[in-house]
Amino acid sequence: MPISVIGKMEVKRLQVINEQGQADASLISLLPDSIYNKFFETITLARLYNQRALSLQREGRLGTYASILGQEASQIGSALAFDPSDWIIPSFRESGVLIAMGYPMRLLYRYWMGDERGMSCPEGLNILPMCVPVGSQLTHSVGVGMGIKHKGEKKAVAVYFGDGASSRGDFHEGLNLAGVFKLPVVFLCQNNQWAISVPRSAQSAGATIAERAFSYGFEGIQVDGNDVAAVYKATKDAVDKAKAGGGPTLIECFTYRLDDHTTSDDATRYRSRDEVEAWKAREPLIRLKLFMEKKGLWSKAYEDEVIKKASDAVDAAIKEAEAMSPPDAADMIRFTNKELTLRQKRELEELEG
Amino acid sequence: MTTKQMGVFQRPANMVGAINATLAQEMDRDKDVVILGEDVGRDGGVFRVTEGLQKRFGPGRVMDTPLAELGIVGASVGMAIYGLRPVAEIQFMGFIYAAIEQIFSHASRMRSRSRGRFTCPLVIRTPYGIGIKAPELHSESAEALFCHMPGIKVVVPSSPYNAKGLLASAIRDDDPVIFLEPSRLYRAIKSDVPDEEYLLPLGKGEVYQEGKDLTIVAWGAMLHKAAEAADGFDAEIIDLQTLKPFDEELILSSVKKTGRLVVAHEATTLCGLGAEIAAFVSEAAFGYMKAPVMRVAGYEAVTPMARLEDDFNPGIERIKRAYELVMEY
Ligand SMILES: Cc1ncc(C[n+]2csc(CCOP(=O)(O)OP(=O)(O)O)c2C)c(N)n1
Ligand SMILES: [Mg+2]
Repeated sequence: MPISVIGKMEVKRLQVINEQGQADASLISLLPDSIYNKFFETITLARLYNQRALSLQREGRLGTYASILGQEASQIGSALAFDPSDWIIPSFRESGVLIAMGYPMRLLYRYWMGDERGMSCPEGLNILPMCVPVGSQLTHSVGVGMGIKHKGEKKAVAVYFGDGASSRGDFHEGLNLAGVFKLPVVFLCQNNQWAISVPRSAQSAGATIAERAFSYGFEGIQVDGNDVAAVYKATKDAVDKAKAGGGPTLIECFTYRLDDHTTSDDATRYRSRDEVEAWKAREPLIRLKLFMEKKGLWSKAYEDEVIKKASDAVDAAIKEAEAMSPPDAADMIRFTNKELTLRQKRELEELEG
Repeated sequence: MTTKQMGVFQRPANMVGAINATLAQEMDRDKDVVILGEDVGRDGGVFRVTEGLQKRFGPGRVMDTPLAELGIVGASVGMAIYGLRPVAEIQFMGFIYAAIEQIFSHASRMRSRSRGRFTCPLVIRTPYGIGIKAPELHSESAEALFCHMPGIKVVVPSSPYNAKGLLASAIRDDDPVIFLEPSRLYRAIKSDVPDEEYLLPLGKGEVYQEGKDLTIVAWGAMLHKAAEAADGFDAEIIDLQTLKPFDEELILSSVKKTGRLVVAHEATTLCGLGAEIAAFVSEAAFGYMKAPVMRVAGYEAVTPMARLEDDFNPGIERIKRAYELVMEY
C-alpha cells in the first residue's frame, strides 16, 4: 500500500448556552449554580469599566485604549477558571481578565493613562504586565510552566493572545515547547476575527486556530467565545488537566471585537456595518440574561442593583486613578536595574537637580 | 494647490503624503517594487502612509500580511534575492526586533556570503521615535543597533521634501536600507514637494543652517528641536539624513571651521550614534577642536510611556545647556 492514513484530526467546538439562552442539559449540570451571578456581575463590571475608559479617552483624560466590548465572555469566563495563585500572562487587550482576577481597576486606568505604575501587580496576584509586542508573551508561559513543574507545585498558567498573534513564530515555539515538556499551560486564543484591519481568514489558510494543537501533540478546542458557560467549562477542564499533570491545552475562543481596534483606529475603513450588527446580536450578555431569567437568577431589579454597584466601583477607581500623584521621572531610570550604572546615577542627579 | 516654480510643479505636503507619493512613483517606475506589511493594504497603514496604494496597484503588489514581522522581513530577503524591490513596513520600530535575525544574519550579509552573486536590495520602512504619546514600544529609537551592523544603510528624513528624495534613493539602492520615519513629524510639518521625481543621495548630509561658532549634528525629529535650541548661538546645524554611512566630509569641514561639536539624539546616550560621531571627530580633527565633543541624548532608561515621554527626551533646556557647556569650555 503506497499511501496509508497515519493520522486523523478532529476539531471540536463547545457551546453550552445557545444564542436563545437555551442550555445543553448534560453540560449545564456540570457547572455550579452559583457561578452565573458571578459571570453576570463580572461582565457587567468589566463592561462599565470599558465604557468609562472609552469616554475618558474621548475627553483626553486617558491615552490610546483597546476596547474589550464583545469579548467579555471569552475574557471573564476563562479567567474565572483560575485561582489567584495561578499565573496569568495577558496580551494588551485583557482588561476583562484582569478585572475578573481582582486586579485593581484604578491601576488599569492608570496604565491606560500612560503610567507604568499601572502594571505593578499587587501582591497575592501573579499577573504579568500587559504585553504590547503581539505574540511575544507565549513563550513566557513555557518558562513559568517549567518553574511550576520544577518546584512541584499544583498551579496552572494562562496565556492570552489574539488571532493575529497566532501568526507569529512565537506561537509555534510556545506551543511546541509546552507540548514537548508537557507543561501546565492553558493557551487562550482570543479569536475576535480581526487583527486591526486583517480578517481572520487572511491570517491563516487553516480553518481553525484550535486545530493547530494537533500538530504539537496536545488537545485543542474551539469554544463559542460569546457563551461564558462554554468558555468557563473548557478552561476549567484545561486547568484541572494541567494541575493533574496532563499537559497543555489550546482553547480558541471564537468571539468578536465590536469596537475599533483601539481608539486610534477607524474600523469602518475595513469592515461592514452589517457584520458588526450581526455580531452585536450575539453579544454575550443577551444569552446569559435569557438563561438566568429562565432559572430565576435574573430580574430587572437585580440588574439595576448590579449596575449600581459596578458603576460605584468604577467611579471610585477613576477617582483614585486621577488622584494619584504624577509619576516620578526618576522612576524611568531607577527601575532599569537593581544596581544603577554610574552614568545612570549622574543622570538621576541631573533629573532631580 | 499646485504652483509652478522654475518649471517644476510643487505642492505643500506633509511627510505622510510625500512618502505615499514616492511609493506610488517608484511602483509606477518599476513593476518589481512591491509593498508588504501589516495593515498596509486595505487600511492604508496605521499612519495612512500607504493609503490608496493597494487600490491602485492591486493586492499582488501591496500585500496585507499576517501578523509576522520575522516573516515579513524574511520574505523580503527572498524577494530581494530573486530580483524584486520589496518595501516592507514594520508597523512601529519597537516591533522590528523579532525580525532582527533576518536583518542581521541575512539581509546584511547575503552579498558578502555569496561574494556578490546574491544581493538584498530591500527597504524596511518603520515609524520611530518619541512624541506621539502611544503605548509601550511605539516610541523606540533603536537606530544605533542597525548602524552597528555592517552591510546595512540607515536613513532618517527630517522633512517631507527630503523624505521623498531619500526614499526614492533607498528603493533604488542595491543594498538593504532601514528607512526610519520620525512619527512625530508625519503630520507636524509641511514643505513644498515637487511632483517630479528627484533623488537625494544616500550618505550625504545637509547644512540645515550655517554658522561659525558651533557645529550641531542631529537628524529626524531631533533636528527641529536642536535648531530651536540653537536660537542665540551662531551655530552650524547639520541634518545628517543618512546615519550610515554618515557624511564624514560634511562633519569634518564644519568642525574644522567651528572647533566645537554637539550631537543631539533621542536614543540613549550610551553606544548611541553620537558616540561614533564623537570618536570619529576626535580621530580625524582633534587638532581643530576647541572643546570636547558633547552629546545630548536620551537617558539610560527604557523608553517611557506617555506620562514620562517628555522627561526622557532631551528638551530645549537640556540641549541649550549642552551648547553652553561647549561654548564656555
Ligand atoms: C509584534 C507586533 N506587531 C505589530 C503590533 C501592532 N499591533 C498591535 S495589535 C495588532 C493586531 C493584533 O491582533 P490580534 O492578535 O488578533 O489581537 P487583537 O488586537 O485582535 O486583540 C497589531 C498589528 C504589535 N503591537 N506588536
Ligand atoms: Mg484579533
